[in-house]
Amino acid sequence: MSLLRLADIGVRAAGHSILDLPELDVEEGEIHVVLGPTGAGKSTLLRVMNLLQRPERGAIFWRRERIPWPAPLALRRRMAMVFQSPLLFSGSVLDNVAYGLKIRGERGARALAKAEAMLRRIHIDHAAHQRAATLSGGEAQRTAIARAMVLEPDLLLLDEPLAALDEPIREHLLEELRQIVRERRITCVYVTHEQAEAFALADRISILDAGKLLQTGTPEEVFYRPKGRAVAEFLKTGNILAGEVVARDGSLARVRVGGRTFWASSDLPPASRVLACIRPEEIHLTRNGDAGTNRLDGTVTALLQGGATVKVEIDCGFPVLVLVTRRTVRELDLRRGERVGLAFAPVIVHLIPDDETRRMAASP
Amino acid sequence: MTPIAEAVRSVLAARGELAGILALSLLVSGAAVVAAMALGVPAGIFLALRRFPGRRVLVTLVNTGMGLPPVVVGLFVFLLLARSGPFGALEILYTPWAMVLAQIVIATPLVTGITLAAIQGLDPRVHLQILSLGASRLQCHWKLVQEARLSLVAALAAGFGSIISEVGAVMIVGGNIRGQTRVMTTAIVLETRQGDFAAAVVLGAILLLLTMLFNWLFTWIQQRQKG
Repeated sequence: MSLLRLADIGVRAAGHSILDLPELDVEEGEIHVVLGPTGAGKSTLLRVMNLLQRPERGAIFWRRERIPWPAPLALRRRMAMVFQSPLLFSGSVLDNVAYGLKIRGERGARALAKAEAMLRRIHIDHAAHQRAATLSGGEAQRTAIARAMVLEPDLLLLDEPLAALDEPIREHLLEELRQIVRERRITCVYVTHEQAEAFALADRISILDAGKLLQTGTPEEVFYRPKGRAVAEFLKTGNILAGEVVARDGSLARVRVGGRTFWASSDLPPASRVLACIRPEEIHLTRNGDAGTNRLDGTVTALLQGGATVKVEIDCGFPVLVLVTRRTVRELDLRRGERVGLAFAPVIVHLIPDDETRRMAASP
Repeated sequence: MTPIAEAVRSVLAARGELAGILALSLLVSGAAVVAAMALGVPAGIFLALRRFPGRRVLVTLVNTGMGLPPVVVGLFVFLLLARSGPFGALEILYTPWAMVLAQIVIATPLVTGITLAAIQGLDPRVHLQILSLGASRLQCHWKLVQEARLSLVAALAAGFGSIISEVGAVMIVGGNIRGQTRVMTTAIVLETRQGDFAAAVVLGAILLLLTMLFNWLFTWIQQRQKG
């Protein structure tokens, strides 16, 4: 069931469109991650959801009821937001966490008891009586999360809450956040530009770019079946190859790219102009023999070392990027200028109808 | 006996009158600064948080008001309260009420300006954070005041300091009437004019001591808050 629904929302600033959303639905109990690059309008979206910013256009619905403006305080109190920066108030950690309870009229002792329990849950109780200004970055963000969680909101909004933290702390806090949100069944909208965070948390992901919603779906759908070039590029699909469907065989489509052909799982008809998306980590490299339905060969043009993995650029008549382990490079004795075989299953080739190319071809 | 010792003795001999002058100084400036805080803090918050046409003009006016010459304020309030002025019917000219009013006009822009700067000095997202935790507008403003309280104590100190030590406005609208509207600064002017410099110096020293005492108190409050 829908908890919060945005319909035909438009936000403009200084003559530019910041947000233009025909529809965005947050389902009760889900963790909905909004993934997009910096400047995509993600923070504006959260402010609109939190009823802190009135959109120029559109309507917001709470459990199917349209929210009037100014939004009733009682409704705002069913939500809470955590920002990228902890934004802690002066006073102790405990004062901070109890703040939202106190303004809701909870008595002092009761509010403090709840706040203490939340601090214990989020493992920051040792600092309860410490001044908030003296906390480390990780502790401060834990406090900020506790301050929002203690309110037991129906909708928790998180605006890149881990972006300012260093790697190990970030990973730990992400996992704890996931556990707490799950155990309390809090509906969550989590905004980030980090793919790893998005895929670690999300029940559903919405991709936002330049104020527009490009795709909403489960992590699997969005990751393996991006709807357009922008989503594929943002998700670092690696190989986005312009081509054409030349034949069909049952559930498979034969695609021609740069004079070579391969099979893809798709129901697009012949003569369709397409973008074939192949993730670089799904392609296998071979020296001899074939593996799988699709087999191409090409010349290694570059080997880009990247720690545990190596990016291999191969010219197959069109450039293909393959991601392999360091061990594979050694075992296959890959070198620049040498021939190598590429094998990949049709199911890992995702075809997107290429409207852009079709439009360009159609125009005189 | 040196002239200063003589002056101290004579000022102390007239300590009943001195106490009256001191009490009136404190009452007038105290009431004025309380009123200035009551007006200036909400005005400063409003100017800091709201965007509306004419806001920039208002902010410029407040900044100009922070340097208003007290004697000009005195003249302005005098013209308003004079028998033939728009508020002549109130008949408060040459009473402590007129003095309080003039000092409110002097202190309010100072308090407003410092509050405005203090609230704008906070991270703008603090405002959103407070609202997003479910605060009403009033609760949000109160929290912002709490967050900016160090600067607001500075506003209180600046406001009080500017009016306890001013002479131009209280002289014009109060008239320096003995036993009625005479305060420390106007008493010093009077003693100086009469050539009783020693008495003027003693009164000046008492005023200085009083100002120092209050500033020490404000600083103590401010630093205690910080700790």
